Amino acid sequence: MPPSDEVLVHARALTKRFGDFTAVDGVDFDVRTGEAFGFLGPNGAGKTSTMRMIACSSPITDGQLSVIGMDPRSQAAEIKSRLGVVPQIDNLDAELTVRENLLMYARYFDIASDVAGRRADELLEFVQLAERAKDQVEPLSGGMKRRLTIARSLINEPELVILDEPTTGLDPQARHLVWERLYRLKQRGATLIITTHYMDEAEQLCDRLVVMDKAKIVAEGSPTSLIDQYSTREVLEIRVTDAVRSTLDGRLDGIADRIEELPDRMLLYVADGESALEAIHERQVPLESALVRRASLEDVFLRLTGRTLVE
Amino acid sequence: MTASTLTPAARVLQRNLWVYRRTWRGSILGSFLTPLLYLTAMGVGLGALITREVAGVDYVAFLGPGILAATCMQTAVFESTFPVLGKISWRRNYEAMLATPLDVRHLVAGELLWVGFRVLTMSSVFLVVLTGFSIAHWPSAILAVPAAILTGLAFSSVVMAFAATQRTGEGFSWMFRFIINPLFLFSGTFFPLTQLPEAVQWAAALTPLYHGVSLVRGAVLADAGFLGAWPLHIAYLAGMLTIGAWLAHRLLKRRLQG
Repeated sequence: MPPSDEVLVHARALTKRFGDFTAVDGVDFDVRTGEAFGFLGPNGAGKTSTMRMIACSSPITDGQLSVIGMDPRSQAAEIKSRLGVVPQIDNLDAELTVRENLLMYARYFDIASDVAGRRADELLEFVQLAERAKDQVEPLSGGMKRRLTIARSLINEPELVILDEPTTGLDPQARHLVWERLYRLKQRGATLIITTHYMDEAEQLCDRLVVMDKAKIVAEGSPTSLIDQYSTREVLEIRVTDAVRSTLDGRLDGIADRIEELPDRMLLYVADGESALEAIHERQVPLESALVRRASLEDVFLRLTGRTLVE
Repeated sequence: MTASTLTPAARVLQRNLWVYRRTWRGSILGSFLTPLLYLTAMGVGLGALITREVAGVDYVAFLGPGILAATCMQTAVFESTFPVLGKISWRRNYEAMLATPLDVRHLVAGELLWVGFRVLTMSSVFLVVLTGFSIAHWPSAILAVPAAILTGLAFSSVVMAFAATQRTGEGFSWMFRFIINPLFLFSGTFFPLTQLPEAVQWAAALTPLYHGVSLVRGAVLADAGFLGAWPLHIAYLAGMLTIGAWLAHRLLKRRLQG
């Protein structure tokens, strides 16, 4: 299902304060039905606080928020009955089995037990855990627990699924399996809201995203439009010895649109990485290593905030 | 509590019952053993040395209902400490439940229903044992069950509120040592309050367990003397339950949905 123009989550000047600390500082965004919408930013940027307000688990301090056309302040139970939530830290019921986790969760939604049983079996198939149905939760791997949490969030056939850092702490293989399931979920027509501090995750999954930093939204758009807007097409990453770096002054002038100096490497923003590398060789700058890659959201974030996403 | 609170709260109870399905045999066995051991050791063993009547009855008859009320209090208190804190912070069950249409008030009501269920089974088993020792007077003895439940709920609600303020289990050990154990010993469980110095008698009569013990003992022994001012006992415990539940709701909400 392609994203439509219908707005499912609407926020204006949305604010969350804890005492003197402002976690979310007047943000505006619209999430449309059928799209995968991302919140990208480093830890502490206000992503989770924003999620919690959408999920009706944290009261709004100020501003406007509507979720599926309802007000979280007065219609929390109705909103929650149509949401699926995958929290950052797994909170499966360790005292129940895999399948019981789904059945009990269905009871909380007041879903009839025959319907719940059918859905539980389908969802266990969907997240490839059917053969673990009778097992306890504790011995499952991190990736399996995460998939079970995703299955659990779908038990009420939600219109909107909120995923807070869905693959943090998972190994690469487990991450790809989660991404693949989320992609399928999106194809089935679910609207997804995803927070992440991984640029590859945002690029893989999100149709549109906002970049958050220090409680504010600093940019908004599709991954490709953000890269177009804030970065060149390619990036040449070079490493030089400290001795060489101290004598670089002016020797790289004119090669790149912009140069970011990081402690361990230099990023040269260029249209064509290979020809930039050739130019550097012509100027006889000795390089420890060089790598040409496509620009990513990491570069967008660096440009916008002057910092890297994952420190 | 209205029907709209009760149905979702029953789900929270149901969750605990699902877990209980795995451990109920041991739990019921324990419920038999506790009164059996106490009544044998203290009632029959120690009681044989106490030749005169205690407050007008045999010592074992005095002791039995006192222990019933006191152990129900202990179970209710325990169920509201580590299990509740675990669901708040280590296992995060409440966070998961609150992502569904359930609300904090359903959590409080549901846990109270669970404690009510635990005390119901415990006190029923206890009554069977007391009947075996020819202590229970029927049919009035059955009223010991609601009396024990009310006592358990009153304690549970207050302890749940306390649990909502805790980060580690340290506060609980402190509470057991300095509040629950003294209550267990000095609330008329093992001896009548009249044995205490007069100044302390008043203090003991103000403790919540004293009111629970009085109700349970009056019901089991069918003795109006022990029941005393029963409306006062009930009002005391019901008041404690109301304040405790209100506080537990408020503190849990602050902790879970800040």
